[in-house]
Amino acid sequence: MTSMSSAHATRRDFLYIATGAVAAVGAAAVAWPLIHQMNPDASTIAAGAPIEIDLTPVAEGQVIKVFWRGKPIFINHRSKKEIDAARNVNVASLPDPQADADRVKQGHEQWLVLIGICTHLGCIPIAHQGEYDGFFCPCHGSVYDTSGRIRQGPAPANLPLPPYAFVSDTKIKIG
Amino acid sequence: MSGHATYQPQNAFMKWMERRLPIAGLVYSSFVAYPTPRNLNYWWTFGGILSFMLGAQIITGIILAMHYTPHVDLAFKSVEGIMRDVNYGWLIRYLHSNGASMFFVAVYIHIARGMYYGSYKEPREVLWILGVIIYLLMMATGFMGYVLPWGQMSYWGAVVITNLFGAIPVVGDSVVAWLWGGYSVGNPTLNRFFSLHYVLPFAIAGVVVLHIWALHVVGQNNPTGIDPKSDKDTVAFTPYATIKDGFVMVCFCLLYAWFVFYVPNYLGHADNYIPANPAVTPTHIVPEWYYLPFYAILRAIPNKLLGVAALGGSIVILAFLPWLDTSKVRSARYRPLYRQFFWMYIATVIGLGYLGSQPPEGIYVIAARILTIYYFGFFIIVLPLLGMFEKTKPLPNSISESIFPAGAPASKAKA
Repeated sequence: MTSMSSAHATRRDFLYIATGAVAAVGAAAVAWPLIHQMNPDASTIAAGAPIEIDLTPVAEGQVIKVFWRGKPIFINHRSKKEIDAARNVNVASLPDPQADADRVKQGHEQWLVLIGICTHLGCIPIAHQGEYDGFFCPCHGSVYDTSGRIRQGPAPANLPLPPYAFVSDTKIKIG
Repeated sequence: MSGHATYQPQNAFMKWMERRLPIAGLVYSSFVAYPTPRNLNYWWTFGGILSFMLGAQIITGIILAMHYTPHVDLAFKSVEGIMRDVNYGWLIRYLHSNGASMFFVAVYIHIARGMYYGSYKEPREVLWILGVIIYLLMMATGFMGYVLPWGQMSYWGAVVITNLFGAIPVVGDSVVAWLWGGYSVGNPTLNRFFSLHYVLPFAIAGVVVLHIWALHVVGQNNPTGIDPKSDKDTVAFTPYATIKDGFVMVCFCLLYAWFVFYVPNYLGHADNYIPANPAVTPTHIVPEWYYLPFYAILRAIPNKLLGVAALGGSIVILAFLPWLDTSKVRSARYRPLYRQFFWMYIATVIGLGYLGSQPPEGIYVIAARILTIYYFGFFIIVLPLLGMFEKTKPLPNSISESIFPAGAPASKAKA
């Protein structure tokens, strides 16, 4: 082989780059199934279908826990006092500002439906505990109020709301 | 370092073999004739102990996998079956669970020794970084192993640790769902953790080979931190190091056996004998003791993303140690100031470990914040500045001079 040093791109350079590019695309195409297999599978997704919950047996002041997609959903039948506590707050002063009215369905203010997973590291908060009598996470001390909004501690955000709708006055559909 | 004999095959078969696969020669030059500094103290025996523990964990782990079922409905039961029904299952499981703790005891001593004597400094940077990689792999393996019994601490430990990845901006939630294989920690998570827990120790073994290879290229550091200059400064690995390592290994195994036979659950948590329940978080989640200092750092910072970044950074920063420490002198023996900061660092890590085991409230959080500042300050401020301002003590001319200041008694010092 003679060694040629050329300032210009040769046809061989082109072949090297083209071959390398095809190989890279091929490697990525093979890698994707190897990575994507770890994402939720078809049966897991199918099992995540919506569920309906009857609210009639939930007494005022009671919090029930149901599971949807492996996540605990808190359904809190709030008292007048709890609703007032959630509304008499300067929203701008909150770490994650959101009005209580935006966290419940209009006309159903007594029903607070939350995903009961602490937004810090995923522990399950305990209802009716903490300084605001809302929720308290025992793992790292995050405190949520009666609207499920973060007030103190390391959690960065309010307790998230699941997608849900009132099918009737006493029944909701989660999902 | 010449002067120690090379391998000479004695019989015909070994001569035949040596010309085709010189494995006996490799073992001889690496573990028999290999010159080792003559002043190594007992802190240098933990590399051998770590190799032993890796072997012990792999053997007991392979046996446990023969009796364990990685399924959310069966995992807890199968572990109880190991404890009650499998012949000597209790022994093998306790050896494995306490073995993990002993493995971390040894690795922490090994890391601390490297930091005290400056074993990470030129030319041992790659050797040191390989060690940090082994340590990271150990942490991942230990974490996933703790999930397998599927008790309450297993489950909630998995929830908390996998949620750390949710702090990554933008893609965090997708990454977490990918790790879980679902909408929450569940059967797919347990299955993949089992798969990875089985394979990672072999990855560790691979990096250990690189670690030992790098060690044999640059040679061992020693308590003086100065390089061996002649044959008088070294002795042969066998019998000197092998006997010393063997002696300490026996002592270490006594401690290991004491845990296994007398207090096998001392380092565990009673909550993990409650089957996993996704509806109830234990009131006080704590990781295994060997993660506690980092857990304290995570909780000290009142911001999720920064807390997770500090947790990761507190471990990864070790890899940058060779460049953060600007001092040319390796051993803390000749660095009076570094020695004090070093022991403060050790006290900080132990203090953080204690705080990590306490509830995250009041004075504990404040103390954890102060110690976290020192933890990072040690690496980012103290070490770079010490190299410029510290007045180090004079180094001896050679290793043998440090032992025999008046000159080696030639007849007795012959190795």
